[in-house]
Amino acid sequence: MRIPILKLHNYLLISIQIDLDDQTAIQFQEDLLKKIHESGASGVVIDLTSVEIIDSFIAKVLGDVVTMSDLMGAKVVLTGIQPAVAMTLIDLGIHLQDVPTALDLEQGLIKLRQELEE
Amino acid sequence: MDLQSCVNIKKEWDIVGARQIGRDIAKKIGFGTVDQARIATAISELARNIYLYAGRGKVCFEAIDDLNHKGIRIIASDEGPGIRELTDVMEDGFSTSGGLGAGLPGVKRLMDEFDIKSEEGQGTEIKAVKWLR
Repeated sequence: MRIPILKLHNYLLISIQIDLDDQTAIQFQEDLLKKIHESGASGVVIDLTSVEIIDSFIAKVLGDVVTMSDLMGAKVVLTGIQPAVAMTLIDLGIHLQDVPTALDLEQGLIKLRQELEE
Repeated sequence: MDLQSCVNIKKEWDIVGARQIGRDIAKKIGFGTVDQARIATAISELARNIYLYAGRGKVCFEAIDDLNHKGIRIIASDEGPGIRELTDVMEDGFSTSGGLGAGLPGVKRLMDEFDIKSEEGQGTEIKAVKWLR
């Protein structure tokens, strides 16, 4: 399964709407980095509104893709993390401290614009 | 109410299958969304451990319905190599697979009861219970 990555001006938008298995998550990581490279996008929003579970593996993949994108010069913001997901992540001891987040897609785009100082 | 089932773990996709079935059972027992997420996440961690370290095994769920106690019991078992460093694996950040090392200590925090038995060369059995409040 592939997660669609949409381009909007110089941003990439992703809405994850499936229960992520490990393989799909890894494939997404690769696809996103490739897409950043091809499109020259400077900002990425990954919306997690429909994601009901983030376990330690998926958290690692998401945290890694933020760092990897950063290395390439693109800022990533995670948006829409559900209350239940935030609570389970803390129980797991995962704080995603260096990962920029925002309440929803709209706030995420505002945050990106601020970070990129456009 | 017959809420008991087992999922065999032998390929990666079974991790997703196990947590979906577990979540459904948790929902039927009456757990709210936050506890459903906790239970499903715990199942995901246990199933992944089986897949990563033992190759195959199974995760079983059962509804507990005593007089004044309702809950769900998860039993994850495998006949893999067993865990030599039992105290280490319960520490946050310990991993032999390059992961976050959040799995087992995380499961312990997500659930109310947690019990692990492991023997080198024999396998591992983890029992975890979440009570309905």
